[in-house]
Amino acid sequence: MLKRIVVGLAAPVLAIVIAMLITVVILVVSGNSVSGFMTTIFSVPAPRNIVNIINNSSVLYLSALAAAIGFRMNLFNIGVEGQYRVAVFTAAAFAGQGWLPGPLNVLVAVLLAIVAGAVWAAIAGVLKVTRGVSEVISTIMLNAIAVSLTAYLLRKWGGIVGNSIQTRALPKDSWVPGIPLIPGAPNEVLGMALVAVVAGVGYAVLLSRSRFGFELRATGASPTAAVASGIDVRRMVVTAMIISGGIAALVGLPLLFGDTHSYGTTFQSGLGFAGIAVALLGRNNPVGIAFGSLLFAFLVEQSSLLEINAGVSNDIVSITQGVLVLSVVVAYEIVRRYRLAAEQRSVAEQLAPAGAKQEVAA
Amino acid sequence: MTIANDVFTPDLAPAPEGRRARRIPVWAWLLAAFALISFARVITGSNEVDSAGTLREAITAFIPIALAGLAGLWSERAGVVNIGLEGMMILGTIGAGYFGTFYGPWQAVIAAMVFGAIGGALHALATVIFGVDHIVSGVAINIMAVGVAAFLADLWFSGLQGGGPTQSPPVEGPGAINLPGVSDWAEGVEHKHWFLVSDLASVVGTLTRELSLLTVVSVLLVVATYFILWRTSFGLRLRSCGESPSAAETLGVNVYRYKIYAVLVSGALAGLAGGFIVLVGAGLYQNGITNGRGYIGLAAMIFGNWRPGGMLLGAALFGYTDALQLRAGGGAVHALLIVIAIVLLAYGIFQLRKGARVAGIVTVVSAVMFALWFFITKEVPADFTRMTPYVATLFVLAFSAQRLRMPAADGQRYRRGEAG
Amino acid sequence: MHAIVGENGAGKSTLMKILYGVQKPDDGSIEINGAPASMSSPADAIKLGIGMVFQHFMLADNLSVLENVVLGAEKLYGIGDKARAKVEEISTTYGFGLDPDELVEGLGVGERQRVEILKVLYRGAKVIILDEPTAVLVPQEVDALFANLRELKKEGHTLIFISHKLDEVLAVADDITVVRRGTTVAAVRPADVTARKLAELMVGSELPSPNTEESTVTDEEMLELSHITLEDAAGRRLLDDVSLRIHRGEVLGIAGVEGNGQTELTEVVMGMRHPTQGHVELADADISGWSTKRRREQIGYIPEDRHRHGLLLDSPLWENRILGHQTRQPSVKGAWIDRAGARKDAERIVEAYDVRTPSIETTAHALSGGNQQKFIVGREMSGDPVLLVASHPTRGVDVGAQAAIWDHIRNARRQGLAVLLISADLDELIGLSDAIKVILRGRFVGDFDPQSVTPEELGSAMTGADSAVKED
Repeated sequence: MLKRIVVGLAAPVLAIVIAMLITVVILVVSGNSVSGFMTTIFSVPAPRNIVNIINNSSVLYLSALAAAIGFRMNLFNIGVEGQYRVAVFTAAAFAGQGWLPGPLNVLVAVLLAIVAGAVWAAIAGVLKVTRGVSEVISTIMLNAIAVSLTAYLLRKWGGIVGNSIQTRALPKDSWVPGIPLIPGAPNEVLGMALVAVVAGVGYAVLLSRSRFGFELRATGASPTAAVASGIDVRRMVVTAMIISGGIAALVGLPLLFGDTHSYGTTFQSGLGFAGIAVALLGRNNPVGIAFGSLLFAFLVEQSSLLEINAGVSNDIVSITQGVLVLSVVVAYEIVRRYRLAAEQRSVAEQLAPAGAKQEVAA
Repeated sequence: MTIANDVFTPDLAPAPEGRRARRIPVWAWLLAAFALISFARVITGSNEVDSAGTLREAITAFIPIALAGLAGLWSERAGVVNIGLEGMMILGTIGAGYFGTFYGPWQAVIAAMVFGAIGGALHALATVIFGVDHIVSGVAINIMAVGVAAFLADLWFSGLQGGGPTQSPPVEGPGAINLPGVSDWAEGVEHKHWFLVSDLASVVGTLTRELSLLTVVSVLLVVATYFILWRTSFGLRLRSCGESPSAAETLGVNVYRYKIYAVLVSGALAGLAGGFIVLVGAGLYQNGITNGRGYIGLAAMIFGNWRPGGMLLGAALFGYTDALQLRAGGGAVHALLIVIAIVLLAYGIFQLRKGARVAGIVTVVSAVMFALWFFITKEVPADFTRMTPYVATLFVLAFSAQRLRMPAADGQRYRRGEAG
Repeated sequence: MHAIVGENGAGKSTLMKILYGVQKPDDGSIEINGAPASMSSPADAIKLGIGMVFQHFMLADNLSVLENVVLGAEKLYGIGDKARAKVEEISTTYGFGLDPDELVEGLGVGERQRVEILKVLYRGAKVIILDEPTAVLVPQEVDALFANLRELKKEGHTLIFISHKLDEVLAVADDITVVRRGTTVAAVRPADVTARKLAELMVGSELPSPNTEESTVTDEEMLELSHITLEDAAGRRLLDDVSLRIHRGEVLGIAGVEGNGQTELTEVVMGMRHPTQGHVELADADISGWSTKRRREQIGYIPEDRHRHGLLLDSPLWENRILGHQTRQPSVKGAWIDRAGARKDAERIVEAYDVRTPSIETTAHALSGGNQQKFIVGREMSGDPVLLVASHPTRGVDVGAQAAIWDHIRNARRQGLAVLLISADLDELIGLSDAIKVILRGRFVGDFDPQSVTPEELGSAMTGADSAVKED
């Protein structure tokens, strides 16, 4: 059991070490201060920063979860970016109208957002199962289309605020209050960030305990075996994409309801790709993803001080993140192969004394 | 592997047998498209549709896509899926930016290729040596490249005259071909707006004024790729790695080596695509300047059925639509609607005659819808025109699913000794 | 012509892999023409004049015959016209009848084998190793192959062929080496031994023989296929007006060369493919519209490729218990997986079917082929199926496991199970079946009684009476 944990952690730890090493090398080569970098990054964050880290990591977590469901099915949903954009727009546009009272407004808006995200993802899923279009390409295309589409709709229905276009602001009773979780911090944890926890638990339970989760994992592991076992593989693909899109929809909602209160051309983007990175880092495992998102959020938050404190461009952190993802993926592969070989050896050893005839690999 | 869709997709009828016999050559398609566009131009009066200016813009848009598609082709023909093209292009852009700023245009070209090849080397290391899933590695490289480029841009260009933390100062492109006598005459003919003749003139005009040498090099690279991959032993071995690596291994082919070569070349070509964008397209480096063209290149490759000629067609199609919306805006794209309607109608009739009822009806209905859209509106809003290359990609991929034949072992993890 | 015989897992293929440079020996030596030889890759073997024709053809479907032959040997005659001429020359000399520019995917099994042999000859091989060359051929094609091989012998080539088909070996070989458990146990001449003696040498003990027992066939119809036709998207008929009936307690064997519709037949019965015409009845209920999932509640399925269709290789055994049975107990309770239930039942299967594994947590990948298959058989027999579809149930399985699986099938049959058995192993078919049908190009072309049929009769039916339409 202990051995299993050690082996499980080996890859990410190895990856972190490699990423740090490479970052240091780049710093040295580019003439930057390594010590400045290290002290800034590893300094204890102020309460205000801690709140930011919690908020950002919960949003990252949701994004990673959306990507992870796809990955478990061997589907590469690169379209989280577009899906949450479409979803946030839908929620903002609806809630901004204020047709319903407070909490009901929020609830319906959230549901509509989930539907929007799910539909956007379903397009790619349907294209895959009916026309064989690779979801990698179709989701990327849909991302770009989402940008133009929401821009168009904003232009038609939004209003100018400052130098951006926004949807109508949410009425005050639809604002989700924050949680003053960290003492001494002027900002609060976004109320909807808790959704991340709920989603995580739901994901874990669904995948490992439910029949649907078993079928999903089976389809991802071996589509041919899944077909033979009676699973409707095509329906699985579309369903998985729908779920993935639905979760992706949640990504922008904490910000919408707790912070910006409207959607506009300045709404935060890029969360989709970061989520994919975190999903890879956490090996599609809900706990792993949690650590990964905390790590990434931590790095990003600390890096905002780099320019001021150490004179280092904070882009270095995105290199660290990129190297981290690549090396963790390689590390996982090495560990997996080692584990497989070790298991085959131990099985052979354990069975040999019984004198069983081994099937020669021929 | 997700790019291989055999289990998930219904039994799509395979391409008709006798592929060697009735394949319609690339130039025939180009001719047909040319005539159709000329026709649209005349009946809508939208002369921007294929003016020399637009075509020039189209070339600027089309070459990077074609190079990216070529890069994808090299890699996938050896069996390695390369989603990281975008990242390798980005590396190419920053390489070109730096060397273009501090040295000269041709050094920038070489640098772009080298930087791209470094990205390729990483991908090869992860996928071929370590056996990481191809798409995961590609995605990781894309993430990394964005960070690397942004960091280097800040490092190299901040504080430079005309530059800044996210962009380089203007860089000089490689030389261009100029035949003023011919191009002036051509321009004259073009402005007469005659059916077919004027369109031909605008093509001539495009080719004789400011035709970048890099464009010529790129086209030559496409032709060279065909010869290398289909007419040499090196190419045969490389393709065998993508079709049946176990067969190749038993015949003494070092599969690892060929895959690595292929991915390195792929990276270099992608880097070149990035270099073109910086040196010929924009004239400087900027964060995010690639704007997803790596992915469109992949789409062109799939559209072209993993062959250089078809890929070129696809890239031309995507590049053209990209240029049209950039340069000519709503009015010109509007003219294209009728072209699309006619093409869909023709294809729909073709499908119905083949007996594909449902598909044929769907196509004809969409043709009617496009025609209606054309007649009801006067122009297409800017946001929609910006979508054209992406929507075009989706449509093309959805419609051409049947005749696609990717290399049989594309995307598969290969380990030596698993043969026999 | 030297034959090497031994049963599955005796080490024949490994030996050949060593000879061809794909694997390195830990000990011992190889001598060619009296000189010691060491090979670390197929390229070395080729240089020394050794050519290997694999059991599983190593051909790239999308490339032409010429490209497949020339690959790796481009230096010999280039890849253009000179090479084409050489290929045509070899093809004509030995009567192969191959067109260099045709894509391999369009070739039949016999033709593909000839491409493999051509590959080897093109490279100037003097020693040709053939690994189970007749595994996918029927008697008439085997004769054609041996005729080709005799030609090669006349031209001075040395041939080594690996087989477990003793009658063929006795008919053509000049010398025979018997291998068992990785060691040479005998070197004999065909004139000095009988098939029975050879078999005993191979196994070291009595052969498990297909035996006859009293019929357990009842009158109650269990499975009926009526006029099933299956067309692919291009309109080709994969199954052509196929009808059959299996009763409780009956084993119906389907014989045929691979690729003649057997796979499609099982897929139609399991609901993985829907026929263009005709319907399927299970115990007099029309199940044509039933999903695979619903069918698997009553039909057990032993797939021909257990790695692709029968197991989740990276999952533990107890999770594999759930596969294919995720609609009911003991694996599931409502919408949830019953982990304890699945685990317990996995233990039971391991116990009852003698699956050798350290635990039920072991990944399926780590088990040997025979044990994997035993587990699958155990799983499919659980849940009291009324019909069992067994597709090549003992392929790639050691003799002990094979005997065990045959026993399980016979037991189940005695208890009233109906079995649809598809196999390429004529002994298995004759030994287990109550009736045999032969399938050729998607149609049933013959009904035979296993008690009285001969391999030649079956062979003729499997290739079609007219030998001119052999390769397709």
